[in-house]
Amino acid sequence: MSPAQALAATATPRDGTLEVLRERGQREVFCGLTGIVWLHRKMQDAFFLVVGSRTCAHLLQSAAGVMIFAEPRFATAIIEERDLAGMADCHAELDRVVDRLLARRPEIRTLFLVGSCPSEVIKLDLANAAQRIGARHLKGENGASNSEGVRILAYSGSGIETTFTEGEDACLTTLVPEMAAEMPDAPLSLLMVGTLPDIVEDQFLRLFAELGITNVGVLPARRAGALPAVGPNTRYLLAQPFLGETARALEDRGAVRIDAPFPFGADGTAAWLSAAAATFGIDEMHLNRVIAPGRERAKRALERYRPALEGKRITFLPDSQLEIPLARFLATELGMIPVEVGTPYLHRAHLAADLARLPEGTRISEGQDVERQLDRVRADRPDLTVCGLGLANPLEAEGLSTKWSIELVFSPVHGFDQAGDLAELFARPLRRRDVLRI
Amino acid sequence: MQLAVWTYEGPPHVGAMRVATAMRGVHYLLHAPQGDTYADLLFTMIERRSARPPVTYTTFQARDLGKDTASLFQNAARDAVERFQPQALLVGASCTAELIQDDPAGLAANMNLPCPVIPLELPSYQRKENWGAAETFYQIVRHLADTSIRPAPREGRRPRVNLLGPAALGFRHRDDIREVRRILDLLGIDVHLVAPLGASPEDIRTIGAADFNIVLYPEIGDEAARWLDKTFAQPVIRTVPIGVGATRAFINEVAALAGVDPTLALDDPSSRMPWWSRSVDSTYLTGKRVFIFGDATHAVAAARIAHEELGFTVCGLGCYNREFARDVRIAAKEYGLEPLITDDHLTVEEAIAAAAPELVLGTQMERHIAKRLGVPCAVISSPVHVQDFPARFSPQMGFEGANVIFDTWVHPLVMGLEEHLLTMFRDDFEFSDAAGPSHLHGSAPAHGQAAAKPEPALAPAGDILVKEAAAPVAAGELGWTDEAERELRKIPFFVRGKAKRNTEKYAGEMGLAAITLETLYDAKAHYAR
Repeated sequence: MSPAQALAATATPRDGTLEVLRERGQREVFCGLTGIVWLHRKMQDAFFLVVGSRTCAHLLQSAAGVMIFAEPRFATAIIEERDLAGMADCHAELDRVVDRLLARRPEIRTLFLVGSCPSEVIKLDLANAAQRIGARHLKGENGASNSEGVRILAYSGSGIETTFTEGEDACLTTLVPEMAAEMPDAPLSLLMVGTLPDIVEDQFLRLFAELGITNVGVLPARRAGALPAVGPNTRYLLAQPFLGETARALEDRGAVRIDAPFPFGADGTAAWLSAAAATFGIDEMHLNRVIAPGRERAKRALERYRPALEGKRITFLPDSQLEIPLARFLATELGMIPVEVGTPYLHRAHLAADLARLPEGTRISEGQDVERQLDRVRADRPDLTVCGLGLANPLEAEGLSTKWSIELVFSPVHGFDQAGDLAELFARPLRRRDVLRI
Repeated sequence: MQLAVWTYEGPPHVGAMRVATAMRGVHYLLHAPQGDTYADLLFTMIERRSARPPVTYTTFQARDLGKDTASLFQNAARDAVERFQPQALLVGASCTAELIQDDPAGLAANMNLPCPVIPLELPSYQRKENWGAAETFYQIVRHLADTSIRPAPREGRRPRVNLLGPAALGFRHRDDIREVRRILDLLGIDVHLVAPLGASPEDIRTIGAADFNIVLYPEIGDEAARWLDKTFAQPVIRTVPIGVGATRAFINEVAALAGVDPTLALDDPSSRMPWWSRSVDSTYLTGKRVFIFGDATHAVAAARIAHEELGFTVCGLGCYNREFARDVRIAAKEYGLEPLITDDHLTVEEAIAAAAPELVLGTQMERHIAKRLGVPCAVISSPVHVQDFPARFSPQMGFEGANVIFDTWVHPLVMGLEEHLLTMFRDDFEFSDAAGPSHLHGSAPAHGQAAAKPEPALAPAGDILVKEAAAPVAAGELGWTDEAERELRKIPFFVRGKAKRNTEKYAGEMGLAAITLETLYDAKAHYAR
């Protein structure tokens, strides 16, 4: 039996109907601009220029934690009173800011103009601006001191359009048209999609190589020049569950999605790799040989955490869209009991494999009315609540143990060799609760 | 458009949140898109508050814009009032809602809500956080103060005072209040109310019952104090008691205004800072070059302490809040300096590098700058960081505040005796030059290793040196002879940077091609104090 089949056999089959509690109201989530915090670490020659307000700059500063970089590869062009007076001037101002920025940072190869709530509301057309400015800088005019030129792209990370990780989705979507077209007779290629820490990405690339899948690309690429090609012979495998628009753009280019659960834990990662292997016609014996060592390591690592987590009840408040696959991992691989799994958006197709493996009776909620949701948390009293930084201390003060959801986005948690680390993130708050005598 | 990387102040509605969060019984309804809730974490994480800020965000989305964001606002108002039952409701807009012009004030006024509604007009594209806090506090006082309430006749009672300005997320506000209350108690003066921190709308209603006001944080409290002076004829004490001298001046002014005896408060035996500063170990502090940057009030106070109470040389002074730049300009003139008024941290970094200070007193931004430059630093002002909310009592104001300041500023420097020993043993073969300055807690890299640590993968936290890491003096770039370079290495690390810079500057001015042993000592003579 292949790992994928093994996993499927343990899952509770559903009758196809999925009840989802949909809510609207105050959302306690970040906007899409926050994705810049990890995207700029991943794309090492890219700069992210938010065109927005002082609030945007303040958000990035607060979300990025301490100011470790004197000049990080992101900044905010803060719209001021006089910019609101005339749109023509606003564009001229933006040109001036970009020219100065590129003159100061000649190493930049991709500049993202990132739309914000204010820029969207005043209908500042950043796509247009990107074309206008890009045409100049490609030719190396206007202080562009490099011969390679700078690619200028625009996407919106505004809160009125994007929730937290949807900012990455919007960013990657703008990269898809920039990808070269695969030759029509190109062999089948694999595209891994979604930002992963370099160390995890390299682990997966090694595994694909060992499996014998040689033609592998990664989106986003670490450098502008390394953007892979795409076409009808591309099979893409999502590493992150929040990439609905990116997937659609890839499909418009002819790429085909490999359906798989997300690569969390021993079984999730095994099933994810198996799905890729099956697509590429890799022999099952070979597959098992390649993934066995990592899978065993992951299982051993998870066994250590099972006593701490088994039978514990957990609620996820909506945050990164990682909630469903993480709840799947905790339920099927560690025996935790998901009480409510909230997600900002539920992409049923991409999450089908994980949804099918959630225990029956799990309450799934989409969207948020934070006050009502907190009422439910207080009524449910789960052992652990996964929530944002604004809510964690207040819930702890009410006697409810919490896990900051942002750590799940910023830390390496995918794949075999991070399975134990991922379990540790959930076990630590419970262990701490038990060790403190204060 | 202004290009900003890191900002000293948030938008004005964050200032309003600092006031609302500081108070009791107030709720703030903020017309804002999804994402503006990030501001909650400033309070729950940095200040470790155990309750969410009393703020409801209407959370409109793009699809609401063409339809009815106004009814979204009214529904949110109704729900918030029902759930939280505030004694007063603040209503306002964040930067995006300001653009869609829904008029929160008018919408709320039409709802007949069962509590007073205080509309806030905070222009996001012109103003910043401190201004927003001051304006919010002023509006609260204006709307809620009962103008018929006046102080009771003075006979047979102690004088009463209001303490104005402390707010949530303030730099040591919590502890300053406790220390100032102690001083007032020694003076025999009662505190009528502290606001906004800890005050309820009902408390604010009675604000006129105090004899006078003390503005501890002018950035937040002065606007309201001016209105109170005009409306209630409540005199205002504006001397901020940070430092021993300022505390004495504060006590004398307050005592004179209240008609009480200042002696007991002035003779407070817990005031240790003056002796700590006069004692011989502190001799080495003389003339240390300090660069000071922060909010105007804290920067000016720090400059006075540095100059008068510690014998430092102030080599740079500035503030990020233009509204109060006047005070900084006056102070800078006193020290013969060009004031640095800017909210661009790159400009501040350049100014610090150019001034080559031995100590930086600044905000968390300057702490990072100083770390990159390998200069010791102490934090004196907002913007704040989780470290600025210590568990222990740690005020800046009053005599205890001066004690705290002495410790906080002097500890990052090399101890007097330690410096003496270092000089004595600098040629000792066991004294490893590569060890680096122990007092910098490893922030300065060992000699000869440029701190070219790789940038962290996806780790947002942690203090990691990246650009322009503390440059150890590596001689040899500017035509240093071997002999001169060897001599340079014998100079203790904490003055070596200055020696190198001075020598190179001297060599440049003299038009010398190579720096010899002679040049080194000629330069030393040239720059001798």
